Amino acid sequence: MPFYDALIAPFTEFEFMRRALAAVIALSLAGAPIGVFLMLRRMSLVGDAMAHAILPGAAIGFLLFGLNLFAMTVGGLVAGFAVAILAGLVARTTEIKEDASLATSYLISLALGVTIVSIRGTNIDLLHVLFGNILAMDNQTLLMIAFNATITLIVLAVIYRPLVIESVDPIFLRTVSRAGAPAHLLFLALVVVNLVNGFQALGTLLAVGLMILPAGIARFWSRDISGMICVAVASAIVSGYAGLVLSFQTRVPSGPAIILVAALLYAGSVAFGTVGGLTRQMFPGRHLEA
Amino acid sequence: MAAQLQFRDVTLGYDRHPAVHHLDGEVAQGALIAVVGPNGAGKSTLFRGIVGLLKPLSGSIVTSGLDAKGIAYLPQTADIDRSFPISVFDFVGTGLWRTIGFFGGIGWKARERIVQAIAAVGLNGFENRPIGTLSGGQMQRMLFARVLLQDARVIVLDEPFNAIDTKTSADLLALVRRWHGEHRTVMAALHDMDVVRADFPETLLLARGKVAWGKTSEVLTAENLLEARRMCEAFDDSAAACVAYDMPSRAA
Repeated sequence: MPFYDALIAPFTEFEFMRRALAAVIALSLAGAPIGVFLMLRRMSLVGDAMAHAILPGAAIGFLLFGLNLFAMTVGGLVAGFAVAILAGLVARTTEIKEDASLATSYLISLALGVTIVSIRGTNIDLLHVLFGNILAMDNQTLLMIAFNATITLIVLAVIYRPLVIESVDPIFLRTVSRAGAPAHLLFLALVVVNLVNGFQALGTLLAVGLMILPAGIARFWSRDISGMICVAVASAIVSGYAGLVLSFQTRVPSGPAIILVAALLYAGSVAFGTVGGLTRQMFPGRHLEA
Repeated sequence: MAAQLQFRDVTLGYDRHPAVHHLDGEVAQGALIAVVGPNGAGKSTLFRGIVGLLKPLSGSIVTSGLDAKGIAYLPQTADIDRSFPISVFDFVGTGLWRTIGFFGGIGWKARERIVQAIAAVGLNGFENRPIGTLSGGQMQRMLFARVLLQDARVIVLDEPFNAIDTKTSADLLALVRRWHGEHRTVMAALHDMDVVRADFPETLLLARGKVAWGKTSEVLTAENLLEARRMCEAFDDSAAACVAYDMPSRAA
């Protein structure tokens, strides 16, 4: 059965493929909803900037403990918050706007991070940090990813309502509750946690991909936020699975393979999505009576 | 009647520049007050101060007799992200925040209330529409539905009838009258003097400082309106620090 051999056999035969699949599902479950909120809050590029900003912290963790996800996570969290707070401070106290401030600090962080990795590691390590390697994952790393995903979903459930209200009508939330600012900060923390989580699988540069691309896909298929979250999670899992199969069969590195599949889904959604897709816009059908 | 809100020599503003200057006065429980004045008179600033979005530069605003539902506020340029994918039903439902908070369930009773509020503003059948598809007037109706659901003792409406057609403003004005009938305290910033004269027993004429405050017919006189119009809108960048009245309140 060629069908079975191509699509299922890799996972039944090789343990590293099963681990990779489990990791990708955990990453999708937590990362995709975060991506939806990033997109709806117009922070898609902030996610990207944060992904770079985390690098020096993760690199210092790598420098001290080698490829250890726990050390890299803690380092990444510290660096991510430091950059977010510093960028916010610079934006608030000087004439530099928040986006410019984030852009400058992430460029500095990226340069710093690559330098730190290259002090100790080899070029292979550098490639590993930048693009990840989901196929070389040990039990501890997998558990860490699952743990982070679980925490993300729990915290997201707690801050879901204020986060939604703050996104749609911040003034209203401020008049009825003080939950807005803490919810926003917790949300930023979740962004950092999930970026670090994506490191091992997709690397610094692509970690944000499994968050933003599914969110972009979801926007073309649903008009309400719960529907968007479902579509985003489903498309992230499909991309992860198909990307792993593609990578297994063709030797394309796993991270880029996953993101390329997601990109394909995204292109399809732009073209054929039921909510504002291009074909819908070009052939809207006759106008209605009322 | 007991006072619901007390302005004690309150000054509100931005960057030390006063937009509402040394305002004193009391809002009685159940009062229906129109706040009138030219653009830049400080009406919105006063409301922001009342709901706590803006801290007074000096003096204070004292609230009393408020329950947990607090003050319902309808802002002027609602900072609403209309592209956000949320339905009219869910949006109006956020008015229940103070009673249900983070996790409170929305049972059939609450659903009933949301549907009733939407019907009360004449938006039946719009429950599942995304908010981005509403027109300006429908949007304003929806915001009124949320205020309705907030069930607050004090309601503050900032220019609620701006750019709204007569039918819609008549419907919404009926809601304001209903709130007054329920002994809620309502303050509304308005520009249409005919509406003020017809429906609002009390008026505060504001022009940075208080020009007049009392019965509408006594406040809206030609002299008073002229005086309000003479108010200078621009902040003076080189203005000296204001010392008037500040001393006694510090000493007290």
